[in-house]
Amino acid sequence: MSSFEPKIIGFLCNWCSYEGADSCGRARKEYPSNFVVIRVMCSGRIDPQFILEAFKDGADGVMILGCHPGDCHYKEGNFNALRRYTLLKKMLKQFGIEEDRVKLDWVSASEGDKFVRVVSEMVEKVRVMGPLMLIQKKQLKNHREHRGNL
Amino acid sequence: MSKPKIALYWCASCGGCEESVVDLAEDILQVAEAVDIVFWPVALDFKYEDIEKMADGEITATLINGAIRLDNQEHAAKLLRKKSRLIIAHGSCAHLGGVVGLANFYERRDILNRAYKEVPTVKNPQGILPEIKTKESGRELNLSGFHKTVKTLDQVIEVDYYLPGCPPTPELIKNAILAILNDELPPKGSVLAEKKALCNTCSRRESKPDKVRIKEFKRLYEIQWDATRCFLDQGIICFGPATRGGCEERCIKANMPCRGCFGPTDNVRDQGAKFLSALASIIDSKDEKELEKIADSIPDPAGLFYRYSLASSILRGKIGTV
Ligand code: SF4
Ligand code: FES
Repeated sequence: MSSFEPKIIGFLCNWCSYEGADSCGRARKEYPSNFVVIRVMCSGRIDPQFILEAFKDGADGVMILGCHPGDCHYKEGNFNALRRYTLLKKMLKQFGIEEDRVKLDWVSASEGDKFVRVVSEMVEKVRVMGPLMLIQKKQLKNHREHRGNL
Repeated sequence: MSKPKIALYWCASCGGCEESVVDLAEDILQVAEAVDIVFWPVALDFKYEDIEKMADGEITATLINGAIRLDNQEHAAKLLRKKSRLIIAHGSCAHLGGVVGLANFYERRDILNRAYKEVPTVKNPQGILPEIKTKESGRELNLSGFHKTVKTLDQVIEVDYYLPGCPPTPELIKNAILAILNDELPPKGSVLAEKKALCNTCSRRESKPDKVRIKEFKRLYEIQWDATRCFLDQGIICFGPATRGGCEERCIKANMPCRGCFGPTDNVRDQGAKFLSALASIIDSKDEKELEKIADSIPDPAGLFYRYSLASSILRGKIGTV
């Protein structure tokens, strides 16, 4: 068995998903500690640059959690998130980042259980996939760039 | 008083940026009168040694075009940095990695195999690949090392200013040289072009609705295009909303949509991600299945969004190769 513990960055919208995570905490439910939460006002605020930065800085997976369709406090924010996510997943594949390493889901303020479930599933999925190669690259950072003959 | 010294150099580029200097036409005479060109391998016969002999900072400004992929490019860039007061990244490749930066989607080994073994027009039955040192009839041949990835100029040396574009317009080059000569340069690190996005000055902007909404991305040849109407509004991907202006709309005027060679506007770090955002926000659908289908109508999103900026992007290229 490998001892790999994936690091997952989660961008959670303030009004639904962060509340959902909070309700899970208040109810003393457990969720994997691999999940690092970043609170944003709305899933529509998540610039794809944030996701790329997360991967670059060592995330093995990124989750975007927002209000259910129709429930976004800024009306359309979560649909914008969905549109970006659809394109981003496809594009990341070309960068060698598998589709399953990014996941968008809807978690409402009362869905503490769903929060635990989607986060646990994500962590397990990424654990099976293994670390993103970028991390190895980070460890080799000081290694002088290899060049010359093949 | 002696005239200010200017140098020009090229690295991994197509030669178009050199051409953009020649395109100064009569203005080049004016420039040539005001400055001493001390180094310009494409046009003038000077040697590296001539530069090595100069004092540090002796050259007023050096314009370097092209990205960095070979040892000799890195070496020359570092030498010129030492000898120049100002370094100007000239053109998309030096600025952002440019089209040559797209090579960062491939591993070095695959690139060499493709170029020296697999290309149908290449005959190489022994499968010989270039080496840094080769022994041939008792002599040793030396070639420049081919780096693992393509780098932007500022990933190798400190850059003072950027002249964007593939290639930059002669007007921008002239203005940059005049600004150097008259000591009227903006703050260090500036990109010497418009501050705002291309859409703000585009001749088609009147026809761009406040909210563009499209269901399908189309190619120019697939529709009856209207040469006066905003491309996006016709369903044709145009990067005007996420690209710095100042290009004189050379593509738009030739009825080609913008592909982003002027790079991002000032506060954007990753141009491709910005394109993606801009494009996603105009897709007229909320349905997952339909969105997938629309996304699939873009055959090569990464190559499209990062056409000119892969090497400068957050991820810099495909994982494992960079
Ligand atoms: S999207 Fe393209 S065609 Fe439309 S206004 Fe912007 S630059 Fe011009
Ligand atoms: S406020 Fe929750 S997704 Fe917009």
